[in-house]
Amino acid sequence: MSLSIPQLDWGGAAPFLVLTLTALGILLFDLFLSVRHKVWLMHLGLTGVLLTMALLVSGFGDQKRVVGEMLILDDFSRFFHLLFLLIAALTFLVSVKDVEQERIHRGEYYALVLFATLGMMVMASAADLIMLFLGLEALSIPLYILSGFLRGQLTSNEAALKYLLLGAFASAFLLYGIAFLYGSAGSTRLDRIAAHLSHGAAWENPLVFFGIGLLLVGLAFKIGAVPFHMWLPDVYEGAPTSVTAFMIAGTKAAAFAALLRVFGTALTPLHAEWVAPLWILALLTMGVGNVAALTQQSIKRMLAYSSIAHAGYLLVAFLAGTSRGFSSILFYLVVYAFMNLGAFAVIIALARQGEERPTLSAYAGLGFRHPVLAFSMAVFMFSLAGLPPTGGFMGKLYIFSAAVEANYVGLVVLAVLCSLISVFFYLRVVVVMYMEEPREGQPNPVFSPAILITLFLATAATLQLGLLPAGVWDLAVRSVRSFLG
Amino acid sequence: MPLLSLITFLPAVGAAGLLVLPRKRQDLIRGAALGVSVLTFLLSLKLFTDFQVGVGQMQFVEEMAWIPSFGIRYKLGIDGISLFLVLLTTFLTAIAIGASTGVVHRIKEYMVVMLLLETGMIGVFVALDLVLFYVFWEATLLPMYFLIGIWGGPRRIYATIKFVLYTMAGSLLMLVAIIAVGLLHAQAGGEITFDLTVLMHAEIPPAIQWWLFLAFALAFAIKVPLFPFHTWLPDAHVEAPTAASVLLAGVILKMGTYGFLRFALPLFPQATMTFLPWISGLALVGIVYGAWVAMVQPDLKSLVAYSSVSHLGLVILGIFALNGEGIAGSVLQMVNHGLSTGALFLMVGMIYERRHTRMIADYGGLFRVIPFFGGTFLLVVLSSIGLPGLNGFVGEFLILLGTFRVHPLYALVAVTGIVWAAWYMLGMVRRVLFGPLTHPENADISDLTWNERIVLVPVLVLIVWIGVYPAPFLRRMEASVERVIVQVKRQQAVQGSEFIVQGTAAMNPEPSTMSPEASSMNPEPLTLSRGRR
Repeated sequence: MSLSIPQLDWGGAAPFLVLTLTALGILLFDLFLSVRHKVWLMHLGLTGVLLTMALLVSGFGDQKRVVGEMLILDDFSRFFHLLFLLIAALTFLVSVKDVEQERIHRGEYYALVLFATLGMMVMASAADLIMLFLGLEALSIPLYILSGFLRGQLTSNEAALKYLLLGAFASAFLLYGIAFLYGSAGSTRLDRIAAHLSHGAAWENPLVFFGIGLLLVGLAFKIGAVPFHMWLPDVYEGAPTSVTAFMIAGTKAAAFAALLRVFGTALTPLHAEWVAPLWILALLTMGVGNVAALTQQSIKRMLAYSSIAHAGYLLVAFLAGTSRGFSSILFYLVVYAFMNLGAFAVIIALARQGEERPTLSAYAGLGFRHPVLAFSMAVFMFSLAGLPPTGGFMGKLYIFSAAVEANYVGLVVLAVLCSLISVFFYLRVVVVMYMEEPREGQPNPVFSPAILITLFLATAATLQLGLLPAGVWDLAVRSVRSFLG
Repeated sequence: MPLLSLITFLPAVGAAGLLVLPRKRQDLIRGAALGVSVLTFLLSLKLFTDFQVGVGQMQFVEEMAWIPSFGIRYKLGIDGISLFLVLLTTFLTAIAIGASTGVVHRIKEYMVVMLLLETGMIGVFVALDLVLFYVFWEATLLPMYFLIGIWGGPRRIYATIKFVLYTMAGSLLMLVAIIAVGLLHAQAGGEITFDLTVLMHAEIPPAIQWWLFLAFALAFAIKVPLFPFHTWLPDAHVEAPTAASVLLAGVILKMGTYGFLRFALPLFPQATMTFLPWISGLALVGIVYGAWVAMVQPDLKSLVAYSSVSHLGLVILGIFALNGEGIAGSVLQMVNHGLSTGALFLMVGMIYERRHTRMIADYGGLFRVIPFFGGTFLLVVLSSIGLPGLNGFVGEFLILLGTFRVHPLYALVAVTGIVWAAWYMLGMVRRVLFGPLTHPENADISDLTWNERIVLVPVLVLIVWIGVYPAPFLRRMEASVERVIVQVKRQQAVQGSEFIVQGTAAMNPEPSTMSPEASSMNPEPLTLSRGRR
């Protein structure tokens, strides 16, 4: 048996390699730096991230496969890669205070974030189901560790254990689904599966049905779609706040990238049998997420449930299955990343050491004590609620119009009612900030440059995406076209 | 020069400018905000003078691509209907800012929010793209939410959240309908667009129109508010600070009636005819119910709030009369209601600042103590109940005339509403201004200050002017009103008949251009005779 080692296209693989080397470099330098100088590790990481972004931007427009054709580099994957790197960079910035205050080991922390980012990138580029699985694990394992980083806190331990156990279930489901699909199509490569499924008789095979179902379950776990969402609020609440920010924006984007890649290339046309389950999944996700968020006192937990709800809106666009629907998912994920990272930056700025559940009461009267902080938080809340002129509104406009176009008007009306519920709990934050008097013993926020930069970037982007969304939207359309053909 | 954009965004720019002013310089902040709003008003007067009388089409149109891949455009323009609502907005905002002397708390934020609200309100009346309209529509929500929530009364948080949730419940469904309208146009072979002037000529199947109309109508009915969607209004009004009440009653409610006229009717003519009896019926219930409930209110503000429910029912009734008199009367009545109710809220606020109570029972015999206030208050109340010679009469008369021509019974019921209005309004005046001075602590309250007089006098002038000589106003509306009527009547007249769909009929307001079927639906001539008064 001859083992053929595939030629590596160094140029194509460069973004992955640069990021890997940066992460390894951080681990290495960590050994030599004294505690005072460890902040340089973050700068190193940021440099690596920016370099990778530059490489990706310069490659736009061209399309190739690398690593034995297991990874695709097209505009679709570049779009997601840039988004993941952006999320990683913003996570680095917001983590400065968190890491210092909670005495987290910087070296491991930054390296693990980068490894997880790498996993996301692999997921978005996967041309093969095995690669998809590898990407998912490369994303998940660092996150299991990261969510348990606050070793002294019970909630953090709980989060890590819960995430690990349920994440392992999800991975197993995914693998099982891959096995079924392999069994019917004889290959794990997406294009071969697509070719196999393109003749209608293939759909008669129950293996295909189960395969797709299990694959969906595995990814629905990662997205946090109801009823596979049980882990999410506890994990997001227990994890260190900056890690939560990273997960909330990153994991969801990565899972949707994989979902779009798999269903966009291999499993189109979305078989009629999957419409009904997806319809129910989307509705449940929106409904349960929003209703459960109503009663949360901890702001982190509220945002965790809200992230479930947002997964539901994204599923509505996914169900539409058109290229407009897919583009609207891409656009929404960008807005979503900015508004969530921004909101978490505010939470981190106000967090006190060892405080496990930052409650809403810490925000009372913030509007007049710290106008900048409160204003940006208000922008993020309005955006999450989908009010103009913010990016959240434009995102919803795109999603709803895609779904209306695909004739899912009933689901859109239900989605609208769900987002009406959400207005209530997002506005509650604003009510507390602007309409209640400050209380005794509230924390003084930390205005480090890193937090301010994050806040500025996130606020500006959220507003810009609401007022002038055309640029990002066109990019999203182009990216989707690059793989839908 | 892009005059409309300038008028729309000048307040927002002013608001941004206020942010850099030092917080301590309260007078400077007040002055700057007042300056910006007065400048906006003066600029909008140019719209009035440059407006071409007799042209029904949109004027001062500005157009620009906004989100090209989606066919969403930045398109502004006004016709004889929106002209007056823009003027009302700029006028009342300047008045409201001038009358905000009672606000001392967080004055900078207050003025910023007021100016942002003005931009949103003007935008609603000038937007000709459905998505742009929606953006402005929602953009008025947040400033009002802050105004009530921060500067409001004791139950302000309950009131403000109720206000937001009610309004959004309607408007989100409208958003879905807006999307559907644009996509339907695309599916029918056209390009995807949200341009009102294009979509107005689209042929939407009646079964779909039905749903779309309901979604739009719900949003507008909540805003108006039409019975039974009115319950947010008394809460919001009672808790709102004076200036917010003025703008809420004066302008925000008109967004609903304007929405019917500008969007719901022309876009969905057949559905309009289907739902006409229902909406007219609700309007009638609102007229009577609002009046009855107003009668028993012990609180001045909630009395005025419920009277708004009644008065706006009349406006809706006029719109759905679907003839020249009814609609022109409604547009004029929107302005009139803005002026008189705005003035009423201002004056209630003025005595509230003196006595810190709004209960009618706490007053009595005020006329002798504060005669200027008393005289003005009486005049405004008389305008509100439609005394001939004042503005309310002209509007109400035209509405009743229009309604009577279509449905005499409706007019009859509506008249009782006006009678009841006279009953509770005059009763309120009697208990507040006349009779013996029952509360000795009222004996030494001071009459209106110069600032308060300056704020009120322009409103009084307009109240009398419109009452005595409404021709300059009606003349400018005429052609646009006819255009709306032709637009609504086109489809059930002759399905798809070219000459009407093209909008040529609007150029030629002769009733003879209407088909026989249309004439039988509405035997009256559509023309609004010039110089009625």
